Amino acid sequence: MHMADALISPVTGGAMWAATAGLISYCSKKVKDDLDDTKIPLMGVMGAFIFAAQMINFTIPATGSSGHLGGGLILSIILGPYAAFLTIASVLTVQALFFADGGILALGCNIFNLGFFPCFIAFPLIYKKIAGDNPTQGKIIAGSLISGIAGLQLGALSVVLQTLFSGISELPFTTFILMMLPIHLAIGIVEGLATAAVVVFVFKARPEILRSASEATPIGNISVKTVIIGFLGLAVITGGALSWFASSRPDGLEWSMAKTSGSEELKEPSNHIHEALSGVQKKTAFLPDYGFKEPALENTKEKIGEETPAVEGQESWPAVNAGTSVSGIVGGTLTLALAVMIGFVLKRKKY
Amino acid sequence: MSHHIVEAKDLFFRYPDGTEAVKGISFKITHGESVAVVGANGAGKSTLLQHLNGYLIPTKGELRIGEVMLTRKNVHAIRRSVGMVFQDPDDQLFMPTVFDDVAFGPLNLGLSEENVKAKVNQALETVGMLHVIKRPPYKLSGGEKRSVAIATVLAMSPDILVMDEPSSNLDPLARQRLIGLLKGFHHTKIIATHDLDMALELCERTIVIHDGRLTADSRTLDLFQNESLLAESGLAKPLSMQGCHVCSGTAKQFQPRTVNHTH
Amino acid sequence: MAKLDSQLFHIDALDELASGNSVFHNLDPRAKLVTTLVFIGTVVSFGKYEVSALIPFAIYPLVLISVGGLPFFYLAERVLLVAPFAFFIGILNPFFDQTIMVHLGSVSLSGGWISFFSIMLRFLLTVGSALVLIALTGFHAVCMGLEKLGVPRPFVVQLLFLYRYLFVLIDEASRMIRAKSLRTFHSRGTKIRTFGSMLGHLLLRTLDRAQRIHLAMCCRGFDGHVRLICPLKIGWKETIFVLGWVLLFFSMRFYHISEHLGLMIMRNIV
Repeated sequence: MHMADALISPVTGGAMWAATAGLISYCSKKVKDDLDDTKIPLMGVMGAFIFAAQMINFTIPATGSSGHLGGGLILSIILGPYAAFLTIASVLTVQALFFADGGILALGCNIFNLGFFPCFIAFPLIYKKIAGDNPTQGKIIAGSLISGIAGLQLGALSVVLQTLFSGISELPFTTFILMMLPIHLAIGIVEGLATAAVVVFVFKARPEILRSASEATPIGNISVKTVIIGFLGLAVITGGALSWFASSRPDGLEWSMAKTSGSEELKEPSNHIHEALSGVQKKTAFLPDYGFKEPALENTKEKIGEETPAVEGQESWPAVNAGTSVSGIVGGTLTLALAVMIGFVLKRKKY
Repeated sequence: MSHHIVEAKDLFFRYPDGTEAVKGISFKITHGESVAVVGANGAGKSTLLQHLNGYLIPTKGELRIGEVMLTRKNVHAIRRSVGMVFQDPDDQLFMPTVFDDVAFGPLNLGLSEENVKAKVNQALETVGMLHVIKRPPYKLSGGEKRSVAIATVLAMSPDILVMDEPSSNLDPLARQRLIGLLKGFHHTKIIATHDLDMALELCERTIVIHDGRLTADSRTLDLFQNESLLAESGLAKPLSMQGCHVCSGTAKQFQPRTVNHTH
Repeated sequence: MAKLDSQLFHIDALDELASGNSVFHNLDPRAKLVTTLVFIGTVVSFGKYEVSALIPFAIYPLVLISVGGLPFFYLAERVLLVAPFAFFIGILNPFFDQTIMVHLGSVSLSGGWISFFSIMLRFLLTVGSALVLIALTGFHAVCMGLEKLGVPRPFVVQLLFLYRYLFVLIDEASRMIRAKSLRTFHSRGTKIRTFGSMLGHLLLRTLDRAQRIHLAMCCRGFDGHVRLICPLKIGWKETIFVLGWVLLFFSMRFYHISEHLGLMIMRNIV
């Protein structure tokens, strides 16, 4: 699952960007230092291969649905973790820019979730350990399956944590986890099977490719461990620094994520989510909300003028001045109209 | 101008998996010559060609380009004087735009930006492709791609042009255009091809490769009249020499086939 | 599979838009890149119950679209196509956050609904601006901008290569799928073994292609470094563009235009 810009806070997005940027420059350096310059075109076409591979589906037995290759794991097996990470990062960048998959701010999260875990955890710590230097068909299948699942479970967990830290979505942690992990277990199995199918084919047809790929990646465990610790550390530090920066200047940009609070406009924001989650607030009328639609909003808008003082009186929890909200909506509509008008005027000018 | 000579002496090449693709080939091509290299699929043409720019180093025998003998060390010097045009232009045009692609070689030669730009313009002008300079290669037609691929090589001012199947996958008009273009070049040309009609039009000399060995090396016209030799090497007489079975009786001796021929 | 085919068509269409000619098209890609980043950062920095303050931000994509002469409805369609994702995550908010926050006459709005609208608005703004960036700049120029902004060269080269071979490989995969479906009489499923062999072949061909490309690069003096000429220049136009927008974003961030405007109007009405 791709994270989306709409669901993350600047702090989370920024921290993951920092971690990902660090990883990209680290991997770039590694690839540059690796004197094997055949990797440069190879990485490029492998990235394109991932796109193309996603067009080809297979039927998941007994379900009627179909699955396809994700990418991180097969890239690691063919290219080694560093080049694979750069490749998956490039694939996600193209997806973010052209298909609006995720978004630009969430790109850091997505590259981390879908690149870091398969390339730097699942591949070196699981796949390599199982498949080893003398792979057999059985070892390849077991290795792909287990590392496919592990990579996606970690990625899913990471999505949940990022969403939680951002505090934009209201999904409670446990619900979200219970939703995400089983889904990604299934996706992980599909990914593992798809990877295994391709790798087994290559193993039978041209085993030397797998051999040279595993030789060309001189990574001891120490190096991988350093990478993992280093970048997790980097993410935590940047995240911490950014939230400190945010909390130290409450009047400035309300980088509200750290406290998972609402916006500054809320008078009593800090603990409202937790209360909401604990289900204390059962008094709320849920059904009327169901009937609520945007046209209704438009219709009621005019009437609100007179009612504003009254509404202002009854402070609903958490306290929001209804008057300001209404004027916000009125003003917002106006500014939108203004923006559109400016657009039109500029267009006129041009032609 | 002795540095445009290409000379192979008893060339052998064995792939790491043990396949012997070239088994003792010798030839000498002098300045300004246009030579076709023909042979059936798998005869060893491509392997031979890959020696000419130093991508493969012979396992035995020697290859001389001008005064330079091909070894691992002087590959770069060889590549400066030999320009190679590949069979699939998609392999050759790997950069994001036509400009970047043609500029790739000159930039690697260490030329200044102005010089690079001048080279690019000149090369594209020569092949008549200046109008696509800003376009990405994937948007070009097959013929345009081929022309740009040739421009990428011309931009490096090579002395010798080596081409692998330049006329493949081209529509008849684009093919004719390409032949016209190549006729105008005064480089030493070595063209591997199945298109014997093009060979007949472009190359005065032809080398036949069969099973890794050189089986014939003579004037193109003479060679293509030797039907038994062509058949032995998995080739057939060019259509233009087969006579017209619509208007003459000569066609009887050949397999029945349709020839588009207007009278 | 048809899905990706059509997506490819859209990549093409976006790049075609980028070859247009307008003041904004001709700006240095770095200016647009940085401004868009600041824009997205500012938009997501609002609290999760913010709706009205986000609306004025629509001016950025709208102005770029109109000055750049981009097709509004086409881009809007592209944005809406990916909307379901944000929608499904966002729509859960009203279920979990049912505290009433706003009363509009007889209608009560829960915090969940407000944050849902906020999510959708953020989504439209961030995704919209990213698409506009590409449609106004083109992938190649964005990459050049990234390179000048200090993104490591190997990564930029990787992006360019990926983009170059995207079309080639998708073509290859399409041919494969077509051949397969013709011989399976369009039966729907693909067994995993067939899948492995199809993708495996595609992979082997891809590896061979990589080798041929490498050969082609070597033939033209490749020594491990890809050199690029990026004729980029930051002039006064770029400076004005970036400063102007960033100032506007920040003032819209701190000065609640919609609310002040609304209050002013309502005070006059009442």
